[in-house]
Amino acid sequence: KHNAHAQGVPLRRKMASRKEGTGSSATSSSSTTGAAGKGKGKGGSGDSAVKQVQIDGLVVLKIIKHYQEEGQGTEVVQGVLLGLVVEDRLEITNCFPFPQHTEDDADFDEVQYQMEMMRSLRHVNIDHLHVGWYQSTYYGSFVTRALLDSQFSYQHAIEESVVLIYDPIKTAQGSLSLKAYRLTPKLMEVCKEKDFSPEALKKGNITFEHMFEEVPIVIKNSHLINVLMWELEKKSAVADKHELLSLASSNHLGKTLQLLMDRVDEMSQDIVKYNTYMRNTSKQQQQKHQYQQRRQQENMQRQSRGEPPLPEEDLSKLFKPHQPPARMDSLLIAGQINTYCQNIKEFTAQNLGKLFMAQALQEYNS
Amino acid sequence: MALLMFSNSLPSAPRSFSLDKMATPAVPASAPPATPSEAPAAASSPASAPVPAPAPASASAPAPSPAPAAAPSPAPASSSDPAAAAATTAAPGQTPASAPAPAQTPAQSLSGPALPGPFPGGRVVRLHPVILASIVDSYERRNEGAARVIGTLLGTVDKHSVEVTNCFSVPHNESEDEVAVDMEFAKNMYELHKKVSPNELILGWYATGHDITEHSVLIHEYYSREAPNPIHLTVDTSLQNGRMSIKAYVSTLMGVPGRTMGVMFTPLTVKYTYYDTERIGVDLIMKTCFSPNRVIGLSSDLQQVGGASARIQDALSTVLQYAEDVLSGKVSADNTVGRFLMSLVNQVPKIVPEDFETMLNSNINDLLMVTYLANLTQSQIALNEKLVNL
Repeated sequence: KHNAHAQGVPLRRKMASRKEGTGSSATSSSSTTGAAGKGKGKGGSGDSAVKQVQIDGLVVLKIIKHYQEEGQGTEVVQGVLLGLVVEDRLEITNCFPFPQHTEDDADFDEVQYQMEMMRSLRHVNIDHLHVGWYQSTYYGSFVTRALLDSQFSYQHAIEESVVLIYDPIKTAQGSLSLKAYRLTPKLMEVCKEKDFSPEALKKGNITFEHMFEEVPIVIKNSHLINVLMWELEKKSAVADKHELLSLASSNHLGKTLQLLMDRVDEMSQDIVKYNTYMRNTSKQQQQKHQYQQRRQQENMQRQSRGEPPLPEEDLSKLFKPHQPPARMDSLLIAGQINTYCQNIKEFTAQNLGKLFMAQALQEYNS
Repeated sequence: MALLMFSNSLPSAPRSFSLDKMATPAVPASAPPATPSEAPAAASSPASAPVPAPAPASASAPAPSPAPAAAPSPAPASSSDPAAAAATTAAPGQTPASAPAPAQTPAQSLSGPALPGPFPGGRVVRLHPVILASIVDSYERRNEGAARVIGTLLGTVDKHSVEVTNCFSVPHNESEDEVAVDMEFAKNMYELHKKVSPNELILGWYATGHDITEHSVLIHEYYSREAPNPIHLTVDTSLQNGRMSIKAYVSTLMGVPGRTMGVMFTPLTVKYTYYDTERIGVDLIMKTCFSPNRVIGLSSDLQQVGGASARIQDALSTVLQYAEDVLSGKVSADNTVGRFLMSLVNQVPKIVPEDFETMLNSNINDLLMVTYLANLTQSQIALNEKLVNL
């Protein structure tokens, strides 16, 4: 079982529940959402098995609530997604949250919690097939080793699983920010080998843009829920906070830029490390070469003097080859920087629009 | 699966009445003839307590009797109740000590602070929309043949209101004369939920369906053992009157003094609260009402700004229409609305045009610079990637 190492936020997604899922999928409850519970999606040959993710409104509300009540600051909140797979669509029909990992209950058994929860949910006819997990994020910084490992173990066990990234801060600014990601098949291959040296990555032809693929999301509600929504709309007061059109944006921008700068610093350090490695290796090569040549010369001299040649020495012992730095981290950093940049661009586009609107108002006024 | 069976027989004969000591009046397992024998038992302990004058027998809605009526509710958890699992009388014996301080029964086996006193007329129940969506969803997934589903409500209590933030459904079987609820399951689920949110307490229970049946009384009594003065929420999924009505109740005693007590469910005010992010989520989800196959995608950033500005345009045109109607005399002028309009127009800050130009330009420049930097960074890392892979 794969244990993601603690990196700020320890994630431990054990896949013990998979067996239970397979065993009972045959008897999967007659979910009345209308979706025919066909078998699992077929793993495409190189193609991703999931083309679209369909989420119930209920899941969205639950995720929002979970973060709102239990998440503070930079801590992430996580939970499990339940649903089923229909052809090339992943339907997520329910979810449940995971307790925060605290230091004092180290003996808290996550697997047991998960098993019990799923067993109980099965009693009330909720889909108990594990299809992924969700996580909240802080200003979009989710491309971490821990996430990669967890998603890999999930995707390894269940072909179609996704990770939903919920950005509460962006949501608070006016529009729901929920994205579904999967690892590309190429990355899956590399992770399986667990070989992150430069050669392997070059072979796999992985760039930071091809690490995660985003799957489009749609939200679907049943008719009864629609009725409920109408009812709520009648009864609820109009929202008094309309953040979407607010012009006060510099705080958010500042934070994101700060994070971006940190990452870029890390990246440059990494590059320096890599360069040193390259330089050292080439220097070493040169030294080896020189040594060999000297040896040969000496041997020739000795031969001419009639002495036995010096014994061959194991060059690799003399010149220990340097370890190539693992490339996975730098790949992750690059991916994270990319995400930040995307976010920033989206953000500035929005703000430019808003500024022009403000200008139009002012013109009319004067 | 530990089932708790209630057999259904409401008291047909009035029982002895002592408002402030008796718990939610129990439904006796046996037929009425047994009641007179229980009456003295019930009356004995709280005999000393004064019976408050105003009989809550009036079925009028929001006037629950003053102070003592809800005080008895903590009683069920008191020690006299252990064997009462089988639907016999709920604990009649409440120690007199608890009478003067109905709000303080924490020492008992209850899982949280007692609700302070009874529900005064304006007591409010705040619901989060996620609860309702959950309830509707579990209704859709009910077993074959079940007419309704029930479940537990979790949330927090504060001085003036009760906030329901979570819920889970509990399997149960209901037939003509019997109700079986899986208690074990309910307890387990509550434990699991507590691990995630330790602040949530059991507040009551919900049921789908448009009416309160006799079985509800029994189930309510069970829940009154878990929580002081539980709330009962009904969500009408059968859409009577073409609406999905959502109502909340709390049980109060009613009856004639000196006779058997009955239970009446008095309605409470229901309000919907949202967190900000929840509001945004609900607004988004609501859009599925308008799409043909109830599916919507998530829109990208600039589209959202466009959508918001379209909404503002609509709002403005409504306001304009109103103003024109007033001017042409179709609608009579209303001063308050006029004042609002005035403040609306004055909301747009009056800035000297040059100053505004400079502000606008500097802001735009900032944003453009940031975009440029972002693009630069992206091309840098792409370059780096290429170099490394050479």
